Amino acid sequence: MNVVAFLGGRAWIWSFIATALVWLATVAFTGGTGGGQILTAALSFAIFTVIVGIGQMFVITTGPGNVDLSIPATMALSGAVTTKLMDTQNEMIALGVVVALGIGIGVGLGNYLLIRLLRIPPIIATLSASFLVQSTAIAYGRGLRIKPPPLLADFTTAQVAGVPVLAACGIVFTVVMGVVLARTLYGRSVLAVGQNMRAAWLAGINVERTRLFTYVLSAMLAGLAGLLLSGFSGGSSLNMGEEYLLASIAVVVIGGTSVAGGRANVPGIWGAALFLYLLVTMLNTFGASAGLRLILTGLIIIAVITLAGGGEQQKR
Amino acid sequence: MTQPPREIVNLGNIAKAFGAVRALAGVDLAVAAGECVGLVGHNGAGKSTLMNVLAGTLAPDSGSIVIDGKDLGRRYDVRVAHQHGIRCVFQELSLCPNLTVAENARIFHKSLTGFGWKRRAAGLIAAKLDEIFPGHDIQPGDTVGDLSIGRRQMVEIARAFTVTDEPLGLVILDEPTSSLDAVTAGQLLGFVRRLVAGGTSVILISHMLGEVLGACSRIVVMKDGGVVAGRPAADFTRDSLVAAMGTVVEAHDAPAAASLTAQRQGSVMVKARVKIQPDDRAFVAHRGEIIGLAGLAGHGQTKMLLQIYAAATRRDLFAEVAAPIAIIAGDRQTDGIFPLWSIGENVTIRSLPRMVRHFLIDQTAARAMAAEWHRQMRIKTPDMDHNILSLSGGNQQKALFARALGSDAEIVLMDDPMRGVDVGTKLEVYERIRQEAGAGRTFLWYTTETDELAHCDHVYVFRNGIIVDDFPRAELTEARVLRASFHEAA
Repeated sequence: MNVVAFLGGRAWIWSFIATALVWLATVAFTGGTGGGQILTAALSFAIFTVIVGIGQMFVITTGPGNVDLSIPATMALSGAVTTKLMDTQNEMIALGVVVALGIGIGVGLGNYLLIRLLRIPPIIATLSASFLVQSTAIAYGRGLRIKPPPLLADFTTAQVAGVPVLAACGIVFTVVMGVVLARTLYGRSVLAVGQNMRAAWLAGINVERTRLFTYVLSAMLAGLAGLLLSGFSGGSSLNMGEEYLLASIAVVVIGGTSVAGGRANVPGIWGAALFLYLLVTMLNTFGASAGLRLILTGLIIIAVITLAGGGEQQKR
Repeated sequence: MTQPPREIVNLGNIAKAFGAVRALAGVDLAVAAGECVGLVGHNGAGKSTLMNVLAGTLAPDSGSIVIDGKDLGRRYDVRVAHQHGIRCVFQELSLCPNLTVAENARIFHKSLTGFGWKRRAAGLIAAKLDEIFPGHDIQPGDTVGDLSIGRRQMVEIARAFTVTDEPLGLVILDEPTSSLDAVTAGQLLGFVRRLVAGGTSVILISHMLGEVLGACSRIVVMKDGGVVAGRPAADFTRDSLVAAMGTVVEAHDAPAAASLTAQRQGSVMVKARVKIQPDDRAFVAHRGEIIGLAGLAGHGQTKMLLQIYAAATRRDLFAEVAAPIAIIAGDRQTDGIFPLWSIGENVTIRSLPRMVRHFLIDQTAARAMAAEWHRQMRIKTPDMDHNILSLSGGNQQKALFARALGSDAEIVLMDDPMRGVDVGTKLEVYERIRQEAGAGRTFLWYTTETDELAHCDHVYVFRNGIIVDDFPRAELTEARVLRASFHEAA
């Protein structure tokens, strides 16, 4: 009973347990070599999923139907605009960050206005907005691959004792967002709106402002992730955000956040992001073919969600 | 009759605990055929838990369940209960809001299959609604979510009495009239009397003691998870019933009209007009007044309150609000509670803005507020950190009262807030509202109970969405309210 209560209150533990199991399986297969490197690589790649995943988590937590599908397009636009703007010069990085966040604010506002003024369901609004944003990125970038400023490239790839600096910053950022969710008025408002929008309005919460902030936050994080990812991968590309569409939603769900809204789980985002990366690594190590890899990835994600999230949601 | 009536249900020594809270401590209850048993007691006395056990939705920790002379014990669940003709109308309405009235009727009756099931389900529910609530205006094709809470309750009640292939032996009505106005409640009680005369049994749970005394043949009183009294209804009076429940009865009528200022005065806190009002009658509330909104359920009172609530945060051509505002929902599942949160979080949410220090919510202040209101409203829980759903319905309502009364609001709107609240708590809350009004708070109070209007300084009667009459307390009579509710006021 107590164990169940303990685990029930900490749904994120499952994603970390799954991560540890996958890692152990991989290391056991390789006979103990490369365990540390695999972890370093996992942290390096997972951070981008974490950044956009946290934005997506806030959006999904504001209630059923809320989802941000414009994340990949925002990442692409932000990467294209900022690499061109910074033009490999270190002193332009600060401006690049401001522009990346500004693009996020713009996209977020656009998403919200479509949802609010035209009363389009968020899934359609953000999807159609993403076509506009993606086309802008194509028109603007023309597919040119410009290198990032050296300082940005160094920062996003730097490691201290095997720990990527960016991932360490990401952990601090995650803690901050956890505090925002649990201890600030905005965080409480998100959780309240996600449980019952009408009750939240009647409890004196500014529902529309909360939703606006949330869509803007998600797009800002996507913009930032686009900038950092173009630094990490040596330049932006128009399809670099593609895999983050499903990944951002998957980490939210695997991480133990309720898809029905009102219950978010910040640490679970990390567990889930690491799990997703290590899962692919494990299947690669086992020498699974691409088709088999996708099938197994799908099945394992279903299994984890059933174990971690399913039981909890049925209780509601 | 020489033969004693057949016993339909016999519950023996039923016990049930939720964690540390002992909801039922060995309860015995027997119901005979053609008997109407009234079940009364405070919020959290265990009435709803006992009925959940009888309906099969909760398994007891121990005890025996004998239905029609058969000991069903461990194999008892909702399906078995239905097969033996036991139906339940729960306090928390259980209709599917996204389905129509007819489709909800179908869920109840597996035998409605094949071509034309929708038509047959519609006919079934419409006939029963006509029988119980003549003159109702509910269409079988209406989506349940669009109906007011009162109409949802009518559908829920009518559905419980529909019969297809399973027998109808005993119907449990848990607070059936809490959202009904006086007229529909009277129709229901009349129907219950006819039904009982025909041999069906009914268990009626209600905080309206007059209903219980009038409709039931026997009354069982529960307190703290046990039965403390069970006698024929004729042996009880309203006062002895209240005493048996353990409430101290004071001569506690509304204050005499003389103590009131005849002239309405003070600064205007709320001024609102109904958009479709044909004359220039306006809805006005002054500082420190308690304003009643009366009339039949669903005739524009809630709409008026929501219009006033919305006007506090955005400009509205028809309503002006002069101070911070809070609302106490009556439909607590839809408008009130946050089901994932603790009792404390549910109470403090409205007041968090004033607890923010350096962008963070001051947890100590939030805890202090939760503890303070735990005491003030006597919310029945060992710990305010427990989930809000661990509370009985009436105690959830107390938490909503605490949310509004503990806030900085100078105007408090109440949307028929006494649903499922027991007599003792009601008296405390009435007293509290009077005190707060004396201290300058303004209350706008929509109620379906005519008795409660006696606490109001001024009453507005609504019919078909417009104000048809308004008068000070000195002129309040039940007859006048009813007359205005049905006819154009003179």
